[in-house]
Amino acid sequence: MPLLLFAALAFGLPAGTMVFGALTTPETVPGGARFTGANMSASLHGPYLTALLGSVKLSALSALIAAVIGLPVAHAVVTSRFRALRESVLAGAGVLANFGGVPLAFAFVATLGNAGVLTTRFHLLGHGWNLYGFWGLTLVYLYFLIPLMVLTLAPALEGLRRQWREAAHNNGASTFRYWMHVALPILMPSLLGGYVLLFGTAFSAYATAAAMVGSSVPLVTMQIADALSGNVLVGQDNVALALGVDMVLVAGLVMAVQVPLQRRSTRWLA
Amino acid sequence: MTDLLTDPESVRPTRAGSTVEFRGLRRAFGTTTALDGLDLEVRPGELLALLGPSGCGKTTALRTVAGFERPDTGEVLVDGEDITRVPAHRREAGMVFQSYSLFPHMTAIDNVAFGLRMNGTGKAARRARAAELLELVGLANHAARFPRQLSGGQQQRIALARALALRPRVLLLDEPLSALDAQVRLTLREEIRRLQQQLGITTLFVTHDQEEALSMADRVAVMRAGRLEQCAPPAELYERPATAFVANFVGVMSRIPARPGADGTTVGAFGRTLPVHGTLPGPVGTDGGSGEVDVLVRPEAIGVTADGDGTSQIVGATFLGATTRLTVRLAGGAEVMADVATHSTAGLPVGAKVTLTLPDRPVLVDRHSWGNGGRSGG
Repeated sequence: MPLLLFAALAFGLPAGTMVFGALTTPETVPGGARFTGANMSASLHGPYLTALLGSVKLSALSALIAAVIGLPVAHAVVTSRFRALRESVLAGAGVLANFGGVPLAFAFVATLGNAGVLTTRFHLLGHGWNLYGFWGLTLVYLYFLIPLMVLTLAPALEGLRRQWREAAHNNGASTFRYWMHVALPILMPSLLGGYVLLFGTAFSAYATAAAMVGSSVPLVTMQIADALSGNVLVGQDNVALALGVDMVLVAGLVMAVQVPLQRRSTRWLA
Repeated sequence: MTDLLTDPESVRPTRAGSTVEFRGLRRAFGTTTALDGLDLEVRPGELLALLGPSGCGKTTALRTVAGFERPDTGEVLVDGEDITRVPAHRREAGMVFQSYSLFPHMTAIDNVAFGLRMNGTGKAARRARAAELLELVGLANHAARFPRQLSGGQQQRIALARALALRPRVLLLDEPLSALDAQVRLTLREEIRRLQQQLGITTLFVTHDQEEALSMADRVAVMRAGRLEQCAPPAELYERPATAFVANFVGVMSRIPARPGADGTTVGAFGRTLPVHGTLPGPVGTDGGSGEVDVLVRPEAIGVTADGDGTSQIVGATFLGATTRLTVRLAGGAEVMADVATHSTAGLPVGAKVTLTLPDRPVLVDRHSWGNGGRSGG
């Protein structure tokens, strides 16, 4: 009961308010609030749709890259012989995973921005480098997504028994085939869970992108901020709420894909 | 528990049992020496148990055959072929691990068929062979179960079937029964032995359980500090241990204080002079200055006779079923264990004065153990 009450207050009430707002006209318009599909329709057209797709693309890609890089990094960490190194890397990953936002944006601007230390030293602009575009933002997101993936996968990797690897080799499997046929299938539930977590983190990120690229990379969180602040058009509050509903629907869609995959990959745990 | 099938022709290895040789094997982990020049030969088709206390190197020796450890020096030969540098996945050695090593995401039949899948056997053929092996270990109706749905004993049988699937030249068993409860352990060790004999596969079996080693193996190799102490059939190992360590480690030994003879080939104990089996442990007089030694005798080899004038006294009795183990305090204070038939203990109550006698055969002698209670090993 306490959990239900907490969920109702912390999740149900805001979600209900958001959905209601997305499906109604503002109180301030003539005639007062009434139900309408215009907000939802607007959120799925023009620059709003572009931003939504941009966010999905950025989140899916950065989460994928972070998962691909995070897995071997996490494996190297948990199999390290040096306990102090292992623990310090994991502690560092815990800090970096929460290092998003304005400070991270400024750190990257100072090092890899147009006048950044590394940019000028290595003449990166001459090689086509641009921190303030899609790939620049992806790089910045990876800075906190990879540590997050390392933290997520480390316990699962520690659960991989040495005997499984040895049994695989004993049965004629090379290291590559051990990973393909044994380790990765066992890790799949954690990988899927980690990917969804990373996707959600990237999808909902705002401050880093706002401080770094502004509106030059279309993202749904930026559009929500602009709609709420009246940066482009006034009276768009309910469209912002509709964009929030879109985000919930995208998250639900990702979960809808992930849950059956997760169920299939954990069949042996049931 | 289901018995094994008696016709394992379909899973018999493609060749007769192989020989395995360890030649001067050395392996150190930092400052710890796990193998210190191990020399040992396993004969074709035999089950050889590697027995010894923790840290004696028995598992390292086994893992060296499997390819999971690389020796610092020395060689491992299978059928005369040096396999020391051959990678683990090309060794043709099936291994059953101590703890549950089944792949948790695969069903029993997929686990058994894993090796066949790795070597490119077609799906139908590998499933057919895996089914045969499951039948061989009595688990044909558990093919679709995942490891977590099986008991510990069933998991180890599946692991055994998996180890046999590729018709290995050598079967390696790394304490496969140690995680099981007593009853299952007893049943499974009989089944493993029967299967090994039926298949005629050369098998190395690592255990720290002497009863397991003595009951299953054709020969038992006792190891100590990375070296081979003695390798012999169980009966010989028990009756004629080569060293005091083997005598103490295998079975129970009574230590009886004795005095070495002047010629160095006899000892005096209980008023008798007995020939020494092997050599006396060091020059006379080096044992704390007294020159005393201990004669090592199995409890069942000591005769106990009620004697009102005797200088020894029964101070304890433990019922063991057919036999009763008496603890007898000698005149000097040392305590000796002696096993007598339970039906003959009526005249040997606790507190009775007795006379002890030793068998008429050479005895093993060890340095005197000060403060020993007359018992060791077990």
